[in-house]
Amino acid sequence: MRERLLGTIAHRLAILVYMAFALFPLFWLLKVSVTPPDLLYSEGVPMWPSRATLDNFSFVLQHTDFPKYFRNSVIVSGSTAIIVTLLASLAGYALSRFQFRGKPWIIVLMLLTQMFPLVMLVAPIFKMLSPLGLTNSLTGLVVVYVAFNVPFATFLMQSFFDGIPKDLEEAAMIDGATRFRAFRQIILPLTLPGIAATLGFVFTAAWSELLFALMLISGAASSTFPVGLLSFVSKFAVDFGQMMAAGVLALIPACLFFLLIQRYLVQGLTAGAVKG
Amino acid sequence: MLRRFAIASEPYLYSAPALILIVVVMLAPLALGLSYAFRDVKLLNPFSGGFVGLDHFRELIDDRTFARALKNTFFWAGASVVLQFGFGLILALLLNRPFAGRSLVQALVFLPWAVPSFLSGLNWAWMFNPVVGPIPHWLAAIGLMDTPANILSDPHNAMWGPIIANVWWGIPFFAITLLAALQAIPRDLYEAASIDGANAVQRFKSITLPFLAPTIAITILLRTVWIANFADLIVVMTNGGPADRTQIVASYIFTQAFRRLDFGYASAIAVVLLLLLMAYALLIVLLRQSLLKRA
Repeated sequence: MRERLLGTIAHRLAILVYMAFALFPLFWLLKVSVTPPDLLYSEGVPMWPSRATLDNFSFVLQHTDFPKYFRNSVIVSGSTAIIVTLLASLAGYALSRFQFRGKPWIIVLMLLTQMFPLVMLVAPIFKMLSPLGLTNSLTGLVVVYVAFNVPFATFLMQSFFDGIPKDLEEAAMIDGATRFRAFRQIILPLTLPGIAATLGFVFTAAWSELLFALMLISGAASSTFPVGLLSFVSKFAVDFGQMMAAGVLALIPACLFFLLIQRYLVQGLTAGAVKG
Repeated sequence: MLRRFAIASEPYLYSAPALILIVVVMLAPLALGLSYAFRDVKLLNPFSGGFVGLDHFRELIDDRTFARALKNTFFWAGASVVLQFGFGLILALLLNRPFAGRSLVQALVFLPWAVPSFLSGLNWAWMFNPVVGPIPHWLAAIGLMDTPANILSDPHNAMWGPIIANVWWGIPFFAITLLAALQAIPRDLYEAASIDGANAVQRFKSITLPFLAPTIAITILLRTVWIANFADLIVVMTNGGPADRTQIVASYIFTQAFRRLDFGYASAIAVVLLLLLMAYALLIVLLRQSLLKRA
């Protein structure tokens, strides 16, 4: 009995330690972002400043380019998520419902793209996009991100389609509907939660992408959030409060989408999510 | 006739847009990159582009930074995977036990996974910074450091900075995957074992581990490749410095392409990396086959 109680206490303590480790860096980000600049250097590193302020946030929102970077990132990640989900629904449906020649090759091809290091494509993709005028443009980034995210999203959508009985569209087809119509009007509405999860995964992945954005984008006008934040860090390396306020802003959409897809994490990770 | 053709071509029509995009945006650049490895391609030099044969590879053999990056890659991937897996397994076991507020706790401990990788890197770089971060002060307080200093600028220990950030960020991945595998183990097995008098450690060794083994093996093998190529944290936190002490092969490719704009040399490194990965994949396949034969 006593042993059991001790076990429970050890269990709860271990959980607390994990929670502290997981949340402390984020708490610190928030703490520095609300610390007034004068206290940052005079107070050392207390757990909470003697005076909190939102000045860093209002400065970042009013006097820097971060709102523009934020908008660019939303445009890029949002369009990527929508296009990928569209293409992946079609391809995932094909993999889930049809047996056709070349299908194993398609699967192998998509798995291989998940294995090899994308960083090796940085130089050739730059060279290919540059004559097309797609460097330094949000469209170019969207094209690249869509291609990178389609394979895993296809596997994810396939796993959702596999969970829906085949009889449904077969019945509709006997009643005279074409397969594409059955797919659109019967199967897609049933996979709405899966579609939302795919949107969330792809949005998060595109929101975090850094290396290709750094390589392909050079002007502030089309910088995404990570590129803007990094250039801010190298230019104004002393404005910690402002940097961290910008960091908190970058965290918001990612956390929102995390809440959205949390239920589907396992499915997404087994399908080979890009970033996780 | 026409109708039969339409039906036969249907799956190809559904998958064509995705496939075309993959071929154009991933396979074509891959082929182009392979050709760059044998050419002199420098972005700022309009006269470059000529064929140089194996020159880049000869240069690579004598490149001390590359040799160091190769060594660092093993250390980076090895330490990150071992720590992520170890802590991830413990977390999964802790969460596999029902308790009040479990779903909230689960969402909170998995939160780091949702933090964009560039922000994780910056966040930890700030945590290690003696001006705004607490870690140097803690290390000094317990006597591990003489004065609060930035671990990221210490040539001997700098690699631990990105590794710790990576562990923080990657524990949820292992925890989620292992938790899913744990919950697939039939409950009655544990009950039967308890009735037979097996204690917790015995139950873990004779039921949990054998059930988890396949998931563990596959996850670790794939994850090692992924982490070995994961350059974001290093680019953000140290940029490969100080003195290339934290440079891994993937970040070295990026540095060559992005900072020195030497696409030819970057592609040559990429080819070597690709060959190493293929060797690793082959090793896995052979290992799997020999295991299957024995079973």
